[in-house]
Order: sequence, then C-alpha cells, then structure tokens
Amino acid sequence: MSATGIGAAVRRKEDHRFITGQGRYTDDINRPGQAHAYFLRSPHAHATLDKIDTKAAAAMPGVLGIFTGDDLTADKVGGLICGWMIHNKDGSPMRAGPHPALAQGKVRYVGDHVCVIVAETLAQARDAAEAIVVDYGVLPAVVDTASAAGAKTVVHAEAPDNTVFNWHLGNKDATEKAFKAAKHVTKLDIVNNRLVPNPMEPRAAVGDYDDGEGAFTLYTTSQNPHVARLVLSAFIGIAPENKLRVVAPDVGGGFGSKIFIYAEETVCVWAAKKVRRPVKWTSDRTEAFLSDAHGRDHVTHAELATDADGKITALRVHTTANLGAYLSTFSSSVPTYLYAPLLSGQYDIPAVYAEVDAVYTNTAPVDAYRGAGRPEATFVVERLVEVAARELGKDPAKFRMQNYIKKFPHQTPVIMMYDTGNYAASMKKALEIIDYKGIGKRKRDSARNGKLRGIGFSSYIEACGIAPSAAVGSLGAGVGLWESAEVRVNPVGTVEVLTGSHSHGQGHETTFAQLVSGRLGIPIENVSIIHGDTDKVQMGMGTYGSRSGAVGMSAIFKALDKVIAKGKKVAAYVLEADEADIDFADGHFKVKGTDRTLDFGSCALQAYVAHKFNGQDLEPGLKEGAFYDPTNFTFPAGVHICELEIDPETGITRIERWAAVDDFGIVINPMIVEGQVHGGIAQGVGQALLEGARYNADGQLVTASFMDYCMPRADDLPSFDVGMTVTPCPSNPLGIKGCGEAGAIASPPAVINAITDALGHEDIAMPATPQAVWRAAQKSIKRMAAE
Amino acid sequence: MTTVSLTVNGKAVSANLDPRTLLVQFLRENLRLTGTHVGCDTSQCGACIVHIDGKAVKACTTLAVSLDGASVTTIEGLAANGTLHPMQEAFREHHGLQCGFCTPGMIMSAVDIVNRRGSVLDEKTIREDLDGNICRCTGYHNIVKAVAAGAQAMGASSAPARQAAE
Amino acid sequence: MYAFTYHRPATARQAAGLLAKKEDAKILAGGHTLLPTMKQRLASPSALIDLGACADLKGIVRKGRNVVIGAMTTHAEVAESAIVQEAIPGLAWLASHIGDPHVRHRGTIGGSVANNDPAADYPAALLALDATIVTNTRKLGAEEFFTGLYETALEEGEIITRISFPIVSKASYAKFRNPASRYALVGVFVAKRGSDVRVAVTGAGESGVFRWPEAEAALKARFAPKSLDGLKATAKGINGDMHADPEYRAHLIGVMAKEAVARATGK
Repeated sequence: MSATGIGAAVRRKEDHRFITGQGRYTDDINRPGQAHAYFLRSPHAHATLDKIDTKAAAAMPGVLGIFTGDDLTADKVGGLICGWMIHNKDGSPMRAGPHPALAQGKVRYVGDHVCVIVAETLAQARDAAEAIVVDYGVLPAVVDTASAAGAKTVVHAEAPDNTVFNWHLGNKDATEKAFKAAKHVTKLDIVNNRLVPNPMEPRAAVGDYDDGEGAFTLYTTSQNPHVARLVLSAFIGIAPENKLRVVAPDVGGGFGSKIFIYAEETVCVWAAKKVRRPVKWTSDRTEAFLSDAHGRDHVTHAELATDADGKITALRVHTTANLGAYLSTFSSSVPTYLYAPLLSGQYDIPAVYAEVDAVYTNTAPVDAYRGAGRPEATFVVERLVEVAARELGKDPAKFRMQNYIKKFPHQTPVIMMYDTGNYAASMKKALEIIDYKGIGKRKRDSARNGKLRGIGFSSYIEACGIAPSAAVGSLGAGVGLWESAEVRVNPVGTVEVLTGSHSHGQGHETTFAQLVSGRLGIPIENVSIIHGDTDKVQMGMGTYGSRSGAVGMSAIFKALDKVIAKGKKVAAYVLEADEADIDFADGHFKVKGTDRTLDFGSCALQAYVAHKFNGQDLEPGLKEGAFYDPTNFTFPAGVHICELEIDPETGITRIERWAAVDDFGIVINPMIVEGQVHGGIAQGVGQALLEGARYNADGQLVTASFMDYCMPRADDLPSFDVGMTVTPCPSNPLGIKGCGEAGAIASPPAVINAITDALGHEDIAMPATPQAVWRAAQKSIKRMAAE
Repeated sequence: MTTVSLTVNGKAVSANLDPRTLLVQFLRENLRLTGTHVGCDTSQCGACIVHIDGKAVKACTTLAVSLDGASVTTIEGLAANGTLHPMQEAFREHHGLQCGFCTPGMIMSAVDIVNRRGSVLDEKTIREDLDGNICRCTGYHNIVKAVAAGAQAMGASSAPARQAAE
Repeated sequence: MYAFTYHRPATARQAAGLLAKKEDAKILAGGHTLLPTMKQRLASPSALIDLGACADLKGIVRKGRNVVIGAMTTHAEVAESAIVQEAIPGLAWLASHIGDPHVRHRGTIGGSVANNDPAADYPAALLALDATIVTNTRKLGAEEFFTGLYETALEEGEIITRISFPIVSKASYAKFRNPASRYALVGVFVAKRGSDVRVAVTGAGESGVFRWPEAEAALKARFAPKSLDGLKATAKGINGDMHADPEYRAHLIGVMAKEAVARATGK
C-alpha cells in the first residue's frame, strides 16, 4: 500500500479551503445585478386559493416581479415530478396528483408556495410579501399517517381515499403457512418517527439568464446536478439541456434532502429570464423545516414467526407510509423498493411478506433521508429479533448468530441476492469491543448508583449502489443508475478526473484521487477531481444511496483501464516494442524482460506531441471516458452495539459505549470511512433519542426551528469504537460496498433495544425523550417492585 | 444610515450602514468574507461564530453598527502569513470536518475554548463547550479529537493562545 | 428586520433621555432575544437604544453584604468574576450555565432580567436571593419586579442600571435543560440566608418564576437534600409542552431542588 493509494488514511485535499473560510457554497455566489426572491408560503395546511391580490405589492419599492402558478402555466412550465412509478397490488399505476412549483387553486401544506416576489433586496421582497392579500378558503387538514387513508378530507382528487398506492412484496401464501405452523409469534407496533434532514447549509439557488446565448445557468445546492438539469429540461421544460447549465458548487451536506428537484430552484431559474436579472434565493432555517423533504414517517405492524428450535421461519409487515402533500422526486421508491427488500435482514428467513400503503397528508413532502427505507426496515427487523430473543429467553447475540445467513450467495424471498458477507465475524468482533462478558457487572455497578444500564444490538444490512439500471428500470425507476467518469491526462502527466458523483462532505476529491494516484503511480497532488458542473462533466447520476464508491469509482477504474491500454500503445511506439510486451506498474511502462521504461508523464507527453507514431495508426492524445453499470446491488452489513445508562429520576439517557463493526468491503480511506460511520450513528441516535417532527391537528409544524426540533449536539453523544471486517464485494472491480448510510441504518434499533433492556423490556417509541423514558422507568420500577 | 469604524482581521474598515445590517451580513455581503456562515435563525447553530475583541460571538445576533471601535476576527483572519493556525491544522489532521459548512464556526469556537480554559482540555469539557455549535456530518467524534489536539498545539506554540487568536 | 434608527448613548442618563424622546423605542442590551425576534419580524421598534457603550452600566463590585452587578455585565463576566465566585458561587455557577459560551459573551444580566423569559435562569436567582433591582428611577425587590410571563414592574422609560444581591450563607442552582433549545425546562435556585430559606423555580410556572413554600419550610428545618425526600411540587399552575407535561415538570422541580441543595452544601 502506498502512502496515498487505496487503504491509506490520506488527509483530505479539499480541507484547506474549508478550514480557511474559502469554501464556495451557493449562497457565497453573487452574480452582477442579482435580485432576490422571497416565497410567500401558505400559513394553512389545506386551503383553496380564492384570490391573490398582488397589486399593492407590485407597486412597492424595489419590486421587479410577482409571479403565481398561472404565470408558470402561461409559460408552459410543468410541475415537479416523481421519478419512480409504483404499481398497486392489482397492477394498476399509483395515483398521483399534480405538483405545481407555485400553487394552483389550492395549497396543501404549511409552507406550500403561494407566489414568489422578486425584488432588488430581500428586505424589499419581504416587505412586498406582507402587502399581498390572499383569500384562503381554509379546509380541514389530514395530518395523521395512520388515519389518512379514507379520511373525509381529500388532499388530491386524483387519490380520492388519500392513498397513493397499495403495494406488496414477497410470498403471501408461504408466509401465512409459516405463521400457522409457528411455535412462537412475536408482534410489534412500530412508529418510525418523522425526521427533518437539516444539513447545516440551507438550500439555495441562483438563476441566471444570458440573453445573448439564450442560455440559463442555475447554481444550486444539489447532490446531483445532472439529474436536476434532466428534470428541469425534459420534464419541467425550462430550457433544452444544451441551454441549461446546472452548477452545484460546494454543498454543505445533503443526507438525501438535496437530491430532489424543488420549487424554489425551478422558479429562480425561470424568473431570471422573466426579470432579466440573476435571481437568488437562500432558505432560512424555518423555511428549511417547512419545505425541505422530510424523512421516515412510517406506521407499522410487524410479526416474526419462530419454530421450536428458535429458528426464524417467517416475517410479515404492514406499513403505512406518509408521503406528505405531494410526491417528491424519489418519494415512492423509499417505502417500497428501498424498504421491503431489506426485510430479511441478515437472517435466513424462508418466507417474508410486506404490504405497504402510501398516503397523502397535508404535511411537507417526505422523501429519502440518509438510509431511505433501509433504516425503517432495519428497525422493524432488529426490534422484532431482539424482542423475540427476550420472549424466547435466548441471549440476543446468540439468537442472531443462530439465524444469520451463513452461505453465499443467498437469495432472499424479497428480491435481493446477497453476494457475500460474514455476519458472525462482525458480531464476534463487536462483542469483544463492547466487552459483552462484563455487562452483568457493569449493570450491577449502575444499579448500585441508582441507574439502569442496558445493552442493545443491531445487525443491519443495506443494499447500496442501487443498480443495475435494467433491474431498477424493471422496478419502476425513471432513470438508469450507472455512473460516468472521464480521465483527462494532461501533456505533462497531471490528471483531471471528471465524475458524475457529487461530493458534499464525503471527501471524493481525496478518495477518488487516491484511486487514480495508486493506479497510475503518480503523486496525489497531480490529480484533480472535478464534479458538480454540467458544463464540465458530461452526464452523471449523483451522490446518494452510498453509491459513489461502488459505482462512481468503478467508472473511474474502468476509464483508467482505457487510459493504461492507450498508454501501452503509445509506449510501444516510443520504446519500439510490441504492445503485448508492455507492462504498466508503479507509474512506468516497461518492455517485459528489459530495462527499457517510459514513465507515465513522458508517455502522456509523447501521446500529445505525437512525433513517434503515425496519427492514422494511433490517435494522438490521452483522454478516456467510461460508463459503469454495476451487476448487482452491494450489501454492506455489520453489527452495532449500544450500551447506555438511564437515570430513572430524570429520564435522561446517556450513551456510555458504542461498538460498531461494519463490513464495507474494500476501504479506500479508513479515516473518511470512519467519519461516515460516526456521522451516521449520530443521526441515528438523533432519531432514537432526540429528533421528531411534529405537526398539530391543524397541520402546523410545531417543531419548525432548532428551539423545538432537537438536533444532536456534542454533549449528547459519546465517542464511538469503530471496527471493520472485510469481505470484498464481488460485483464491482474495486470490491467496495459503500459506507455512507450504515451508521444511520444501524443505530436506532441498537439504542431502543438498549433502553428496553435497561427498563426490563418495556416498549418505547422514538424519540425516547427524557420525559418518555422517565415515564417508562416509573412503570418498570413499579412493576419490578410488585414482582 | 449609521457610520461604523472597526477592525476586521487586522484591517481598518469604515462603512455607512443601514442599522439593520447584522455583522454576518456585513462580513459576507459588504466585505465578501464568505467564510462566516448562516445556518439557523434562532442563534443556535454557531456557523456564524467570529471573535469580537477576542471573544467568540454569534455574528447573526450582533448588529454591525454596534461594533464601533471593535476588533473582529473571522475564519479568514485566523491563519497568519500563510501559516495555518494550530486549530485549523488540527481539524485537517483529525478529519474534524466533512461538508465544511459548520467548520469555520467550529474552529472559531474551539480557539475561544482554549483562550478561556487553557490548552489541556478533557473530552467532557470540549463536548460541553461546543454546546453552541451544531454539526450534522461528523457526529462530533473527530471534532472533539481535533479540538483537544489543536488546544495542545496552541499550548505548545510559543505565542500565547489569546494572541494567536487575534 | 423592519427599519429602525440606531442610537448609542454613552451613559445610562443619556439612554433614558433618548428612551423618553423616541416613540416605540426599545433598549438593546445583549440583543440575544430582541434581535432574533426582530429578524423574524415579530418586533418592530422604530428606534434601538444600544446600551453597549454605557460604561456606567458595567462592572461588579462588593458593597458591604451585597454584590452589585451592573445591568450590562455579561453572563461570562458574572461567571468569571472572582467577587461573585467568592461571595455567591451559586450565582457564578448559574451564569456559567446560561445558553452557550457565545451567548454568555453577549447576553447581559440586565437584558435577561428585563425580558423575564419564563425559561430564563436569572429570575430564579433574583427571587431566591431576594435581590434588589435598581433602575434609573427607583429600587424594586425581586418579588414585586417579576409580574408575569415576559412581564415586569418596569415602567415606560425605565432602565435597569444594576442588580444588588445580598450575600447569603449557602446558595446554588440546578437546571434541567430543554433538550432542543437548551433553555431551562426546570431551573431551581435555593438560598439560605441566616434562618431564612428561599426556593425559586423557573422554566415551569404558567406565570413565570415562582417560589416553592413547601420546600422552603422543609429546608428551614434542615438545609440538606434529604429534607426534600418525598416532597412533590404540585402540577397545578405548571406549564406543559411537547418536551415536558406538567406532571413531569413538577417531578423535575423536586429533583432539581435536591440537586441545587446538594451543590449548595457541597454534597
């Protein structure tokens, strides 16, 4: 392993600009003559828009334009789209209502976009917004997930019972049979709490229009600028792709919420042409709470069947998923194909059946948030397994190991073909790290101090990469999920790599450069990674689903193969040898069995000066591109163990220890991978203990700022013990599985299993706030006293 | 309009401002020092932390016109003559950042902690004193490590901690 | 924010003069409540009178059996003050736990007391220590000063100049923080002065800070955490929200009171 190649903890190349305040985020961009947009948002969860009177506002100082949904329609600007078609059990397509960028006739959630005001300054735009008179015909709101289906109030006429789809997966008959034959059945009712992603950088957009070229530029906080351009061009109709450039510069975190194509960037880029000025919008945090796509929000009943030996024989689930007021870009895929196919977990379960009903409500749209469907599935499986072990009087670690899949490949009853893994190895390592043998003593020590200590397990599996394209296409995806790469070698041997994988914290500028540096044998400083600009990078699918390593880097790997192959041809001319006799290693082309070599930089120069070969026989230049479409999903898996202590007097839960052992396949940069695990765990602990978006019965978001929505802070968390096991992924050339979401997927059930262990098996809902834990602890103490 | 004269990163600055102008707006929009960020509306996230007369404050909750005669240091003013501040170096070395958005505020807060508490910091103190800074990426694990290491490096460097921050 | 005019007087007297002259003027102290409120356009003063340059409103002195703190003294200055740490360490402890370090660098005791946020920390200290609030026109006891949620006895044009705390034999504070906002969900300040004991509760009351007579009586008998065993605050008059309902808050009052007594007695 070289100091900068694959496996090295290379310090990040991108850090210098961030630690010196020179990062360039969308809100840092200011275009000459820029105007500011302010969105007037609905204060009501559900209302008809009877009249929007903008006359007085339009005459106010600095106002350049006020636009409503009618203006978009007049310009033939289409609505926002949902890119994944789900079919009902009966084969009919899902029922979706339109999703206009600016409301037409009706508003459907608090924060919905009534109209936009463009003015010289933001203050002037806000002043004008206050002068707009809107006549709302306030309607009752549907808010509750569980009772939305069939409610009297209808969110979209297209879905008269508020149901977007009734979908299912798995083998119903076999599952029912297995439950009938079961020795024991474990049952749980689960609410997977609604979350707000809250990347620290709020969304922003700057739209620009060049009249001379008839071309638009959109600077935006996007995880996938090419997909944004595709949707804005082909579906929304802003401009043809060759006349629309989308730039996603430094992006301050996404966690899914910046995958989607929102109303605000659509309107900003369109309005730039209307007012003939660049138009900027930057979300404030309250707007982010109201209008960023939320995550999770499932209500589930789940059952697990076991036989007399404690072998799991079947699992069945009914889930209602709240998709909010409109279908966001990938919303329909989250509670379906990103959820149910993971319900087999790490376990050999012969029969699995899942039913999912998706509902409309008068709340913000719900879409993918770190993990997207897989945390929900893992929570169901790992809570069921933990409770089953307790009910059967079995050690939860041993019960898991008994039921782990041990032979690979393994076909689950729910689509997935797990390619490789060693689940017991991760469990054993995690048990060692946490010192499972000493837990009894630690529990007694806590009890002596009046505290309750608990330990909780989570054996998670996830499916990453989200490909091959043909497979996701057959499941309803509107796009292919490959990735592209282009490797440009400059005449002096420095390299630019253009990738469709956007980096917004993941460190691609370092890890991707490690791959290139290692393979070409050139210093890492000589490699630049370029992403996030549709004018530079041809086409790419972006960053989500832990796919950048497995898919994005594999595309680079493929392009590097081509670069090396071409380099061999050039070297053969220069070294006057047969191409078949040229080897490439450690940055040198070498004629086999001789000491004649050509270093990579010299080869590049020879490729461009082209003096040593005939341009008809070999094209000059050294630049290669590749598209990589994986052959399967990847399956990162691992075991997280949480140990915590509860103060029954206050209900405060302190996480004391955390062991995480993950199998991500081959790791490019362990420092960055561990960082991803840490961040994921923090978000999962946030879900389990702190975070929960709450709407009241009128559809007002009562957690609309950090004053009420509890973000994890440094003193809410411990340091984490992170370990790894490795089974290389067989479906991509690098053996990478992906690591971005694992922590967020694994951690919520580990926390809740630990709390319920400490409390003596009381169920508790997420977030397990001090108040909820206190109440549960009081009940436990009373019950234990009675026993 | 109100006139204000202050020092920003060692340079004298005068401006005639609408009194509504927040320090963070003045830095970002007037001076184009965009390293200071805005991450919330409720004075909680700490992405906007700068030093005023050597003390960490929230630039989103301070009127620029109230700083007549004050000395402001932003993330852009922390490195001296092209040499990174030990705390900046520690964040890089210990992978204390991912997306980088909270980072300037984190680093300015971290330097302030050392100024107040000295260069030997335990994990508990660091975690408690980062109460006013929210990070969504790192889970704080590596930030805590970076702050401890940066504090140590500040203690070891010849310049007194407070001076290093100015 | 809506537009306003900005004034920066050099003395409290000048400030009072401006306040009398300008209609709809507001005093700007540390600004950590007022500015966020104005940013959200929930307040629209026509003028702001910034006390930041009033040197006569700053500083901490010991005067006989009292510690006197200027209204524009920041939380950090109170927390770090050798005078406060020596005379009333519980007050320094409270100041060192307000908000976060950045808030403590700007937020002031006068601003906090004048705002009387029901979840603020200082009101509990003032009430339990029987502090005197000195304004540009008069002196007020804490008991008569705090009149309700965000309400005080301050009259139009009146400015707090300093707060005088009697030095007591034992005092401390404990707080249970709102997990999200970090304000006091429940905060309890206990103070023993001679044979008198006062227990003041913030964060929990439907009408702001209040005293807890039952706990005071129990602690008068013996000033020890054990004296509060089995004592429960009533949930009546206690506020509830999604973070804590009245029953849980009432329970926490007892827990925090014990913790405060333990801290005050070094146990």
